[in-house]
Amino acid sequence: MKFAVLVFPGSNCDVDMYHAIKDELGEEVEYVWHDATDLSEFDGVLVPGGFSYGDYLRCGAMANQSNVMAEVKKFAEAGKPVLGVCNGFQILTEAGLLPGALLRNKNLKFMCRTVELKVENNDTLFTHQYEAGQIINVPIAHGEGNYFCDDQTLAELKANNQIVFTYSGENPNGSLEDIAGIINERGNVLGMMPHPERAVDTLLGSDDGLKVFKSIVKMWRESHVS
Amino acid sequence: MTKVKIYVTLRESVLDPQGSAVQGSLVKMGYNEVQDIRIGKYLEVVIGDTERDLDSLVKEMCEKLLANTVIEDYRYEVEEAN
Repeated sequence: MKFAVLVFPGSNCDVDMYHAIKDELGEEVEYVWHDATDLSEFDGVLVPGGFSYGDYLRCGAMANQSNVMAEVKKFAEAGKPVLGVCNGFQILTEAGLLPGALLRNKNLKFMCRTVELKVENNDTLFTHQYEAGQIINVPIAHGEGNYFCDDQTLAELKANNQIVFTYSGENPNGSLEDIAGIINERGNVLGMMPHPERAVDTLLGSDDGLKVFKSIVKMWRESHVS
Repeated sequence: MTKVKIYVTLRESVLDPQGSAVQGSLVKMGYNEVQDIRIGKYLEVVIGDTERDLDSLVKEMCEKLLANTVIEDYRYEVEEAN
């Protein structure tokens, strides 16, 4: 399986994403610059964290206007997997690929620590390697991770089982319903504030994030083995 | 040339923790009259000669980039510049 790790000016988790795929999973991965206009050689797209365009105006707003995002929209429409983490999640909401928006953390602080997440939905292509309701330890590092959407959108998210991860312990950012990650209705675009790519080796504290990537690869293998 | 003054503010339904913090400071300073503060963005956009309708142009820019209408409202004033 071949992954694209998008790189915007100001991305800073791109190397961790690359490492997770290349070194931990042994799959193919390439960096793709934000002005790229073709993603046809890839099977999965990873939108990494960071501060694209300095977070000027709004997180993810200007990254959404880059050439590669038009391709990511086509990629998602084709049903292929797209994972956005942290700033990547913010970019996917700005792009309209996921509903809602990420607001400033309720306590106005940049939060950088490992948190407990609950796997609310393990019936997705990103989470089927986890147990339902499993508690995992994954780091967060964000100042604007306070998920918000209107009441109607929230009702839809619940009805369609689109809330994939919630904060299990203390909610670090004030997000609605403790939401940490959501998936689109079709089930091929996941956005989450915590960083699974920073939790891929017990030597560095936790490997609980690895199953996100393993889930994607296993699903892809099963549908591509002839 | 035309100068457009654009104000982007958080929607009423969205909490503004930054505004609440500033309000708290003002009250602590003794300005007990202050009941609420909402912090927004102010943009001055200078637009050159265009054949397009100014209103539709500004609205389009606001909705595509300058404001996120999921969480923000916008309004603008048009001012003729020299």
